[in-house]
Amino acid sequence: MPVLTPESLEEACRLLAADPGAVPMAGGTDLLVHWPQNLDAHGRTYLDLSRLDELRPLRWTDDALVLGALTTYWDVIRDPRAGEEFPLLIAAGRQVGAVQIQARGTWAGNVVNASPAADGVPVLMAYDAVVELASAEGTEEVPLDAFYLGYKRMRRRGDQLVAAIRLPRRAYDVAIFEKVGSRRAQAIAKVGLALTRSAAGWRVVAASMAPTVCRCRALEKLLTDGAAVASPDDLLAAIRQDVKPIDDVRSTAAYRERVMARVLYHALLGKAESFG
Amino acid sequence: MPAQADAIEVFFELNGEPTTVSVPASDRLLDTLRYDLGLPGTKEGCGEGECGACTVYLDGLPVNSCLVPTYQVRGRRVATVESLDPAELDDLHAAGATQCGACTPGVAMTARWICEHPEVLARHTVRQLMAGNLCRCTGYDGIVDGIEATLAREGK
Repeated sequence: MPVLTPESLEEACRLLAADPGAVPMAGGTDLLVHWPQNLDAHGRTYLDLSRLDELRPLRWTDDALVLGALTTYWDVIRDPRAGEEFPLLIAAGRQVGAVQIQARGTWAGNVVNASPAADGVPVLMAYDAVVELASAEGTEEVPLDAFYLGYKRMRRRGDQLVAAIRLPRRAYDVAIFEKVGSRRAQAIAKVGLALTRSAAGWRVVAASMAPTVCRCRALEKLLTDGAAVASPDDLLAAIRQDVKPIDDVRSTAAYRERVMARVLYHALLGKAESFG
Repeated sequence: MPAQADAIEVFFELNGEPTTVSVPASDRLLDTLRYDLGLPGTKEGCGEGECGACTVYLDGLPVNSCLVPTYQVRGRRVATVESLDPAELDDLHAAGATQCGACTPGVAMTARWICEHPEVLARHTVRQLMAGNLCRCTGYDGIVDGIEATLAREGK
């Protein structure tokens, strides 16, 4: 298993430009699952990010929280300011495995692993996160809600590295994260929802309901317009415009749709004026 | 820097001692500890980061060693269950927290980390912090009771 071991971001970009098929590795919590049996993966070339200290810390600027590509869930969970300004990061981070995974897994890794059932991605998207891609050509910024093109497909060229994720600092009067799984800890979502409201408007983000984590724009419009919603059933038409759940090993499409409507309704009761 | 296809020399601190090991880049820390460094206390349970039997400390934080490539620990601090004082298991034993023993090394590691970090306990429950250590024998109450007994005894 060839491993490229850069010591700086600049060197990492140069190595990736020369070998765009190399797989960047941060905490390895997705890549190393069942590793001894996963022999196909042993033949690939990896780009080790673990020495790139410039990507490690989370950083506060006047108008943004910047999660470096190596920022772990635990880095955010233990940051008291993150809990005050971006409480959904804490709520979702604590749903990713347990402390052993939270200490190694990174937010950037969650983004590029591109699981439709991700816990970190929906809350990042509900906070209007922007993905910063670095390469030898320069830096490109892609809004997270435009980053996914389809199942496990994304707007990242092989020579580009996610260097950071930037969250604009805003005042939120609604911030909700709901996850339905088979058990309370260490479960993968059957339905995940992140909801926010700020001066920028409503954001409704669903996980495990479509080939990618996605914004639900019909639901956002319904909330913005203040359409009367008297029961979970009143949300179904918008849900059907926004997402396409499937039957799979974890749940069924029918269950997911029903649960999404109910969780959404009860989460917003008392928060959205038009509900109830 | 050329891609390192073969063995990588890894220099790190293991249980307080400087250690060097030369391993293929594809080796997991769990296997390096057990089969190259003669420390079989760390167990493999699931191999997918779910059960916590392979918990070690990496730079002071509990991690699943089945998901850590050994090459990534160069220059870092690793501690295994062999670094614990066996007396630290007394409260777990007394509370009925051990039976078949497969999960015990991982449970003991997370338990000790909790007891040494009361500031973490201020924002999490023992049960939340132990969620990454699965035990199929004891039903968890004994594990939580044992940790709480240690916390009480140590005045935390």
